[in-house]
This record gives sequence, C-alpha cells and structure tokens, in this order.
Amino acid sequence: MNAPHSPGAWDTRRQGRMRRIERAASLGVARQVPASRIGELLEAVIEPGDRVCLEGNNQKQADFLSEALADCNPERLHDLHMVQSVLALPSHVDLFERGIASKLDFSFSGPQGSRLARLVQDRQIEIGAIHTYLELFGRYFVDLTPNVCLIAAQSADAAGNLYTGPNTEDTPAIVEATAFKGGIVIAQVNELVDKLPRVDVPADWVDFYVLAPRPNYIEPLFTRDPAQITDVQVLMAMMALKGIYAEYGVKRLNHGIGFDTAAIELLLPTYATELGLKGKICTHWALNPHPTLIPAIESGCVESIHSFGSEVGMENYIAARSDVFFTGADGSMRSNRAFSQTAGLYACDMFIGSTLQIDLAGNSSTATLGRITGFGGAPNMGSDPHGRRHASPAWLKAGREAGGPDAIRGRKLVMQMVETFREHMAPVFVEELDAWKLKESMSMDLPPIMIYGDDVTHIVTEEGIANLLLCRTPEEREQAIRGVAGFTPVGMARDRKMVEQLRQRGIIRRAEDLGIDPRRANRDLLAARSVKDLVRWSGGLYAPPARFRNW
Amino acid sequence: MENLEFRFTAQPVKPAAGAALCGVVGSGNLEILIRPGDEADACTVVVKTSARGFGKIWEAVIAEFASRHPVGGTRIAINDMGATPAVVSLRLGQALGDYTGGAQ
Repeated sequence: MNAPHSPGAWDTRRQGRMRRIERAASLGVARQVPASRIGELLEAVIEPGDRVCLEGNNQKQADFLSEALADCNPERLHDLHMVQSVLALPSHVDLFERGIASKLDFSFSGPQGSRLARLVQDRQIEIGAIHTYLELFGRYFVDLTPNVCLIAAQSADAAGNLYTGPNTEDTPAIVEATAFKGGIVIAQVNELVDKLPRVDVPADWVDFYVLAPRPNYIEPLFTRDPAQITDVQVLMAMMALKGIYAEYGVKRLNHGIGFDTAAIELLLPTYATELGLKGKICTHWALNPHPTLIPAIESGCVESIHSFGSEVGMENYIAARSDVFFTGADGSMRSNRAFSQTAGLYACDMFIGSTLQIDLAGNSSTATLGRITGFGGAPNMGSDPHGRRHASPAWLKAGREAGGPDAIRGRKLVMQMVETFREHMAPVFVEELDAWKLKESMSMDLPPIMIYGDDVTHIVTEEGIANLLLCRTPEEREQAIRGVAGFTPVGMARDRKMVEQLRQRGIIRRAEDLGIDPRRANRDLLAARSVKDLVRWSGGLYAPPARFRNW
Repeated sequence: MENLEFRFTAQPVKPAAGAALCGVVGSGNLEILIRPGDEADACTVVVKTSARGFGKIWEAVIAEFASRHPVGGTRIAINDMGATPAVVSLRLGQALGDYTGGAQ
C-alpha cells in the first residue's frame, strides 16, 4: 500500500481553519464581534489568495461586511478570489479597484455591469466564468468552495443561531458549502434577540456574527407598478394567455421579472378567468412574491408558490396566506434560492422571460456593448432540462410538436416575450447579438448568451406568436422569427410569402388569428391598475415601500 | 414636426360608424381619426408626428395595416407624439374596430 500523504496532512483545511480562529482569538474578540472591530477580524481570518463568498443576490445584501472588506488593508488582504451570486453594490467593485480581490466567479452584475466591463478591459479583474445561480452553487460544492463566507441574517441569539427570515435566499447553500469544508462563516445581523422565531442556521455552523450598524439592504426588485403597464403589453399578455397558456394547459411555471409578465399576472382574474382558465393554468409557481400576483391569489387562481427570495412589503401578506406560500411554524416565509431554482428547472413546464436582443436563431442576450450583466437564474429556468423524466400534459404536447407523436421526451416551454423595439427605437431583433462583440472585446471563451435559441419554444411580440417547436428547418425558424419581428430591419427583411405559409400552418399566429379584438387590449382589463389597487386587493396586508406609494 | 402623406389601395371597408377616434396625443402615444374617404378602394393617411426621420417605418406600418384589413374608402388622420410601431399598429386596429363595429 502506498501512503502518499504524511500523517496529519489530511486535514489541512481544518488546520487552516483553527489557525484563523486562533488569530481571531488573539485579537480578544468573542464570537459576537463588535461592529467597530469587524475590519480587524476580517484581516485576521482571511488570508491572501482565499476564495471568499460575499452573500448578496439581487435582493438581500451583506452590505456592511462588503464595505468592511473593501476597507481592509490591501497589503494584508490581496488576490482574493470572490465567488458570489451577484455583483450589485459599489463596494463589490471597490474590492477589485482597491486591489483586495483580483478574480471573480459570479452570476449577475446588473447595476455594476459597466464598471465591471471597464475593470475587465483595464485588466484589474480576472473573470473565471459567468454562471447561472445553480451552476455557481454547484461549484461551491466542487471546485469553488469558499474559505470564508460573509453572510446576512435578520437576527441572532446569544448562542449564535441565525434567523434569516423571509429573505433566506442563498444563505443555506453558501453556509453548507463553507461550514462543512473547513471554512469560516461570518454573519452580519440586523438585531440580537433572546429567542429567535425559528433557527434557519444553527449556531455551530456559524463562527462569528456582528450586529450591523444598519439593517442589511434589500432591493424591492420584483415590484412592478401596474400603472406603468401599457395597452401593448395587455395585448401581448392576451395573446400569450389564449395562444400558449390555454393551449398547453400550463399549470406549473416561472415568470421572469418585468411589465410583460406583470400584465399576464393581472389578467389571470379577468381575461383568463373569462376564458374559463381558472384552475386550468398557472396554479403552481416557482416565483418571487410578485405583488402583481395578489389579485390572482385573492381570486383563487393560485394554489402554491415557492420563492427564491421574498419581496419588500409582502411579508404580512405572505404570512397570512400560508396555504399558498412556504412558511415556517413561526408564520414567516422561508425562501431558498437553490431549491426554487431547482423547482424552476425541473418541476416547471414553462418559463417566460424578456430580453434585450434576439438573433435569427432565437438566441437571446441581455449583454450589450460596454456592459457585462450576467444571467442570474434565467438560463436554468429558460432551458429544457434533459434530465427530466416525469410527464405532464404541457410538457408532452410541446415534445410532440417538436419531435412528432412518437417523441421519447417532452419539452419545457420557454417563451421570450418582447416588444419589437425597446426605448429609443432600439430593435430587439438583430442579425448579430452584441454578445459576440463583447466576447471579442472581453476575451471571453463564449459569447454571453442568456437563453440559447434551441431552448426557446415561443417568441411573443405585439405582432403575434412564433411557435419554434413546429419549425422543421433553420430557414423556417428564421422566417418565423422575422415574421414576428415587426418593423425592425430584421422584420422588414422577411420573406413575405414564406411568412404567410408559416401563418397558414399555425407557426405564426397574429392577434386576429387568435380571435383577439384589439379594442379589448386596454389597461381596463387589468385586475389592478395601480399599487394602491394591489394594497386594496390584499386587504391592507401588502405594505409597499415608500417609492411605490404615490397616493 | 414632420408631416407625412400616404395613399394605399385596399379592399373597401364596411363602416358601422360615421367616424372613429382612438388614442390620445401624449408621450409615446397617438391619436387616430378614421373618416369616410373619397375613393372606395383607397385609403389616404395624413400623419403629423413630433419625431422626424421615421417616414419609411410609418409607410411600412400603414402599408401592412392596409394589406391586412379592408380599409378602402377611408381617410385616416394621425397626430403622433413618438408612438412606437407597436402602439401605432394597436391603435390603428382599435380605431378600425370602432369604425367597423368589430367586423374585420
């Protein structure tokens, strides 16, 4: 028998962990660290070159710990490899500008997209890869396991147990990977309490916790004011409901964020119910608690919702609707991004989202020149999971449309819903995605494509629905896309004869083909036309953040 | 401001109303008035728009509308404040719906 390791060399991570804890002990700080000494603690327990996970998705943020890390001395802490879901806060980018971190593996960078692109061009940052959330969580357990994670919780008790509250989000995945592979877990909390409502993270998985000087930041990212939904969006929502949701009988689904999907949610109690679809569509969701779904819930259209995170102002409403939402014995919601993403990938029959650009093969991307935005969860939910084995009517119908009556697998319905022009008359349909130029200028291995064309089954625009499942050749697919691209240059260059043939075969369907009277495409059809209407629907339980209160 | 005028031949319309007005002149929106025209197999369109330089797209949007629907024998006046083609097409459809009483 060979014995390649010398005795004692099998637990270097544990030894490293003890070394770090001892350094912290020598500072004289206990597990509960005073906020004023957080910088010293970070410099004591983090080592140059460490992989560090800074918790923050597009909702809750460990913002105090992020700022504290950015304020550390770059002579002590440098070359950190950040592995985190979202680059959202200015301090996340400060880490790289100040020379504390040098490498990044992440999923999404919405608001910091242009600063990130500049850092890449100036070679101040090395990007490992842009992942989906599930991919990144997966790599936490394979080759990107954090040495240290900095997380955010609502409250801690004296023992160090944590309550993450409705916004549990990414915390379980991060803590599990770190605590069980010799890593250090540091939590910022909003409050210290004698007794937690429930324990979301047990104390013996937590090494240090600090009472932050202010509550962690939470972005109300999923709130869409119904007042901003347009008549065109109502028209598109009517087409989607009648032409896709009803025809496939889509019961289990995820909606991306946006006014297009908000319009669909607000038509469930009105138009969809009028079409006799109540209980036949949209009953089970993997979805954040969108306030625009309140009227559908109150109307009895929705049975169950599991959420990635919570939404500011929805807490009391959720607690009072525990049949619908996942809540603890304490009454408050428990979200979990990793599980909800898994649900969106494997347990849902449909994903519907929006994008900034679509090419002639149906590839879509939100990356535009000068901005690296990443993907978040859309590619997981907006992809056909080849590992799926259970059938449902929607999944089977889509599979048979694509592969004929003897198809041996079904298909996830993946819808892209866009108006043909964005603001400033920027066409959504393009010959070539900006993603390709971005790949060149950023020296990426792959173009940052959000949803691959071969996963997209339907494109809905104000011009109609293109069913890509029924296309049999790349030419048909291209003309089907051009056929709903309206008056963009891509749409104007369509082969009119072929588009008309596709229409006769039902591959392209216009509003009139679906029997939709354009005069009904009116905001009056929305179940709520303002945030105040949503509050009223909720019986006063929904408490919108100040920025959405305009009455 | 830009003034545009178009004329398309089209199948004759069967009006149910003397005139139809749809939409409002507001940012990103437009107002469309459909009235009887002089020629039974032609549709004339006058556009007053706040956005200059989109004549080709206007022509394409209205040509498509005239080819998809019987609109012969109408005179259409449009006052536009930067509506997208999506809004223009929707309002044209709505105005025609009102003019014909829902018959397409």
